[in-house]
Amino acid sequence: MLLSNLLSGKNELAEEVWVALRECTPVVLGVVPFGITCGIMGLTAKMSGIETILMSVFVFAGASQFIGITMLSAGITGWGILMLTTLLVNLRHLIMGSSLAPYMVRLPFPLQAFLAFFLTDEAYALTISRIHKTRYSVPYQLTVSIVLYLVWVLATITGVVLGSYISDPLTWGLDFAMPATFLVLLIPLLADRISLIVFAIAAVVSVIAALYLPGKWYIIIACLIASLIGGLLEGDSEHAQ
Amino acid sequence: MRSEVLYIIIGMTLVTYFTRFGALALFRFTGVPIWLNRWLKYVPVAILTSLIVPLLLSPKGYLDISLYNDYLIAGIAAAFVAYKSRNIIATLGLGMSVMFVLKLL
Repeated sequence: MLLSNLLSGKNELAEEVWVALRECTPVVLGVVPFGITCGIMGLTAKMSGIETILMSVFVFAGASQFIGITMLSAGITGWGILMLTTLLVNLRHLIMGSSLAPYMVRLPFPLQAFLAFFLTDEAYALTISRIHKTRYSVPYQLTVSIVLYLVWVLATITGVVLGSYISDPLTWGLDFAMPATFLVLLIPLLADRISLIVFAIAAVVSVIAALYLPGKWYIIIACLIASLIGGLLEGDSEHAQ
Repeated sequence: MRSEVLYIIIGMTLVTYFTRFGALALFRFTGVPIWLNRWLKYVPVAILTSLIVPLLLSPKGYLDISLYNDYLIAGIAAAFVAYKSRNIIATLGLGMSVMFVLKLL
């Protein structure tokens, strides 16, 4: 599978890379303000510039970095509590990993381990929408992953360097870029009745959960409930046929 | 570089990596079970929805379904363009423009 993908000619490889670059550009633009904000936040939390940048280089997880930095600035420095929070915030990646597993388990182990490091919300959203449009593609996922990573690190560096000169870009409404790009990935998936039901359930549950539960729990709860119901409905319609 | 912060960064790196690689490592030898596969089919719709909708309906941490919620208005505009064009650049361009104008008002 992988070999045939890699050997089926340079043209196809170049094509996949090109499509990946084109499709990830808007998403990447949406990541920039978050990276800059991350750099600025690190400084305001009395972390050094190098500490803030290294956190982006190694952890590479926007939400947990924001929460980690906020806790540090609030004087919460207990290692255990920070790790537990990071775990809870990132649990959603277990679901994304499972969703990609049917495609990725066929890859060589080192490649799986490498790609897994870069499995962010954005990389997942782009890769899964590519699968729905055509098929799973390693060069596509790899390109998207590495571009997102480099931009995240460079944006953090920009935030650290410019931190004292610019105001927080998220207050300009630039954080809207993220949901806007995800909308384009979501809407083509809403093509059948079950998908629309799953959408409605996820929307209602996530909003209610976001209001009453801390952190990113709303994503996990809404995703588990809505996708489970989708799976059950799918099973029923198969029996009916 | 303080060692306290270094340990925190190392810890967060390992925990984050575990969540990203855990599922792959688990299913590496067994494959993904059929019942789970059926469940996972609707994960993309569910996860994208739960990433987007709360950001639009409660951007400030409380439910705000009104004309004063810039994120909701710009989100509806962006959803419409996304539906009509299926084009990321058009959607982002129009969505951000609406957002920008609303922030100025």
